[in-house]
Amino acid sequence: MLAKRIIPCLDVDRGRVVKGVKFFDHVDAGDPIEQAIFYDRGHADELVFYDISASHEGRGIMAEVVRRVAEVVFMPITVGGGIRTLEDATALIQAGAEKVSVNSAAVKRPELIREISAKFGRCATVLGLDANRVKDGDGIERWRVFVNGGRVDTGVEVMAWVKEAQALGAGEIVLNVMNADGTQAGYDLEMTAAVSEAVTIPVVASGGAGSPEHMLRVLQEGKADAALAASIFHFRTYSVGQVKEYLAERGVPIRR
Amino acid sequence: MLAILDYGMANLRSVQKAFEGLGHAARIITTPEEIQRTDHLVVPGVGAFRDAADVLFKTGAADAIREHVHAGRPLLGICLGLQLLFDVGHEDGTHAGLAILPGECVRFAVDAPPHQLKVPHMGWNSLAWTRDVPLFRGLQQGAYVYFVHSYHVVPKDLAIVAATAHYGEPFVAAVWKDNVTAVQFHPEKSQEVGATILKNFAEWRP
Repeated sequence: MLAKRIIPCLDVDRGRVVKGVKFFDHVDAGDPIEQAIFYDRGHADELVFYDISASHEGRGIMAEVVRRVAEVVFMPITVGGGIRTLEDATALIQAGAEKVSVNSAAVKRPELIREISAKFGRCATVLGLDANRVKDGDGIERWRVFVNGGRVDTGVEVMAWVKEAQALGAGEIVLNVMNADGTQAGYDLEMTAAVSEAVTIPVVASGGAGSPEHMLRVLQEGKADAALAASIFHFRTYSVGQVKEYLAERGVPIRR
Repeated sequence: MLAILDYGMANLRSVQKAFEGLGHAARIITTPEEIQRTDHLVVPGVGAFRDAADVLFKTGAADAIREHVHAGRPLLGICLGLQLLFDVGHEDGTHAGLAILPGECVRFAVDAPPHQLKVPHMGWNSLAWTRDVPLFRGLQQGAYVYFVHSYHVVPKDLAIVAATAHYGEPFVAAVWKDNVTAVQFHPEKSQEVGATILKNFAEWRP
């Protein structure tokens, strides 16, 4: 039986691991290689490296980080953040990434998803999106896609975008809900479930994990295929093993 | 000598590094001549069936792989490298494979009712093997390995099936026939379990 995946996410700024609260207040805390080894030994199911500097500052260091990590750990690695072109994606996959996650650039130019998928297959092509609940002048809440590290509301509707991304060739969705991100108050169960039911590709829930119970709820009520978390793992509040034990005791299919 | 065939479809460093970490030197090779000089051959692969098959046929690697198999030397296919061993693949049309093993490669149908599962099949799934093949020595039944694929093989001869995994229904996770073995999952991404499988292949003497 396919296990639900538990995925630590490491935000990387110019080659160093950081973790922000609500996107803007980052604390430097770690070497990506040591972190990767730690999570590999802890039986994390996958690792996500997210280059938070790249969207607006330039990039290039990330491929080297991936190359060094792939030398020491034997697990799937996804890289996101600042991938603007097929060449960016190619460099990261050639460095050893299993999958690449496109975000802002795909909103501006959706063909990017098709290009990566055509070259590396649906299995290597991930759409990451930063979603938020917003109210316009009419007071009606809408789910919108944000870009550039959550700074810019694109006006694009979340549900329409995930379906389009699947049609263009995405093989997985990482849904990061900004209202929840960094709060450790729990994932957005409603939005995650809606997205998971709207597509036929796997959905990774992101944003808001503060406890194993939050992960249980997003994998069950939120219908997510995987749960991604940063702070609770990064600050050692819980280990991956503790989360998995909690989930397994409650009947969630988990790889121990 | 153990060698990994590079036909431009994947990062091979992880496969090479996995073997090296186990104490087995692994060369990355590209030409039919190099295949002829190889003892244990690994055919990895990600991407589309047609593109990969095109490269293998155009470079002459396809014939060299067949000769390698006919000569009785060990071969390990990984993921697309498993699928390409069969007669045909049905990804974006119908395309000829290497026809070393009889059968075809089809898309998972489990995203339709009644299962309505996600495709690609992505993540860690547990293996069940019914034959005592060398590949799984030292492992426990139910060991988890990492899969990421939308297509799976359907062999004509079910006797070649070495292991299955379950996703809505059982599907072929590994095959073993004489000196040829191949796996749908990624041992090079499967932590300790994957390392054991690669070690078993490297140390296997048919």
